[in-house]
Amino acid sequence: MSDEPTALAKLATQVTATFLTELVTHLRQNRTQLREEWVHRITDAQLLTAMSREEIFAEATSVYDSYVEAVETGTVEALQAYARNLSERIIPRGVETNEVVGIVLLLRDVLARSLFAKYHGDVGVLNRVLDAYEPAANRIAITVAVGFVQQRERVIREQQEAIRLLSTPVLQVRERLLILPMIGLIDPQRARQLTEQLLRGIRTNRAKVVVIDVTGVAALDASVANHLVQTVDAARLLGATVIVTGLSPEIAQTLVNIGVDLARMTTVGDLQGGIEEAERLLGYTVVSLKEAPPTA
Amino acid sequence: MEPASAPDVRVPVASDIDIVSARQQGRALAMRLGFSSSDATIVATAISELARNIVLYAKRGEIILAAVVNSEHRGLLIMACDDGDGIADIRQALQDGYSTSGRMGVGLPGVKRLMDEFEISSTVGKGTIVSVKKWGR
Amino acid sequence: MQVPILKQGSYLIASIQSALTDADLVQLRESLVEQVGRYRSRGVIVDVTALDVMDSFASRILRDIATMIKLRGAETVIVGIDPDVALAMVRLGLNLEGVATSLDLEEGLAFLDARTKSERRR
Repeated sequence: MSDEPTALAKLATQVTATFLTELVTHLRQNRTQLREEWVHRITDAQLLTAMSREEIFAEATSVYDSYVEAVETGTVEALQAYARNLSERIIPRGVETNEVVGIVLLLRDVLARSLFAKYHGDVGVLNRVLDAYEPAANRIAITVAVGFVQQRERVIREQQEAIRLLSTPVLQVRERLLILPMIGLIDPQRARQLTEQLLRGIRTNRAKVVVIDVTGVAALDASVANHLVQTVDAARLLGATVIVTGLSPEIAQTLVNIGVDLARMTTVGDLQGGIEEAERLLGYTVVSLKEAPPTA
Repeated sequence: MEPASAPDVRVPVASDIDIVSARQQGRALAMRLGFSSSDATIVATAISELARNIVLYAKRGEIILAAVVNSEHRGLLIMACDDGDGIADIRQALQDGYSTSGRMGVGLPGVKRLMDEFEISSTVGKGTIVSVKKWGR
Repeated sequence: MQVPILKQGSYLIASIQSALTDADLVQLRESLVEQVGRYRSRGVIVDVTALDVMDSFASRILRDIATMIKLRGAETVIVGIDPDVALAMVRLGLNLEGVATSLDLEEGLAFLDARTKSERRR
């Protein structure tokens, strides 16, 4: 990746040194009207609707200047930094990827057309100027688009992370008893997080028994099962007994066959049974939940 | 692997006191790099195992700690170097449950499970370098 | 560094104050075994709350302590393992199998009370 600006600069130098200067001069001299035209095209294409015209104009100015600088220097670091910064600001406003890509391509077109307009009389010169312009313009478009997408992905990951942490799946049902329903797709990161939350929950609630229900786990494979075994072991180190519920005999057999050490955990068929077993361990009298009157 | 701007931390390891020192420095560096306390503890645990291997089997060596970066995260590189007898059969040493003779205990397979990346090179009669990385989240 | 060992009735409570070197751990094992014999203790609590890391050596020593103390007729319980330390331990492959563990001192005492009571009934 770090080679490309050098190659780009080399290309520009080899073929079109003077044309590059002329191109950049043209872009700077016509800054006002080209930028204006660009903003027109953006609003016509109904892009950046989440932003006001003033905001679009302000950003357009910065983007334009960064764009020209990137063309001139052949390096995109400054543009990358700006693109990340811009993305950070506009992503919360709901700006989508197609809009960002769209406006960059529009700018590329606006500038290209102005070059056509200026040099249409001399095809030779036009070609040289375009030789200087095109690689730079394409590189810039990719840089901005990729920067935006990466930033967006980072934001989405952070949001998902926040949601996971907020959802506090560990429930305290009674004193000294915790229930952890595991639901959905459990990737290693989520598994780690659930385990950490559970262990902290054991300590905070001074739980002696934990029921982990895996009925809702989407794909209970060896990786999840091994995490489960580790969770059981770690919970025991904190003085808590773990009961795993929702593990069908078929799945249990499959896991044992691939070498997962299920013998280390107590399993009960369903959640209800697991809770009753837990209460028994805690010394409570067990009343069938189906018969008992509803409690507050 | 690109070291970040902070200088390497080198901890000479020759006795059990150095094991504690190395892992405490490792934990401190991990925390400075923004690791969660959970990951910092994992780092400290791995360093403890690696440093102990040095003390037990090579008598003398060092633990080198360096901050590293990749495109997404900051991480910690830990290198355990010694000029001991070396490991004759690395594959065997990396097998779970390998103990008694040679480098023992939970040792290398355990450290491998704790870390995100694991490399080892050893020459009989010359020494061993174990190189592991943990990335922050 | 010496680990302080307190006598509480028929129990001994060893409180680890900070990171221990291998030599300290061996010393702890020897002290506990000696004192259990001397005081005819029924139970031992090793409080590892302040232990920064539980590695294979520490784990082995704790198992040794439990075994040797059992030979002298007493129960051992380890208390205060930090959640992060517990996680690192199980990933490393250590789980203190065969050694009783409780959340904290209070739970540890309750555990010993229950165990020594049931022992006396035999």
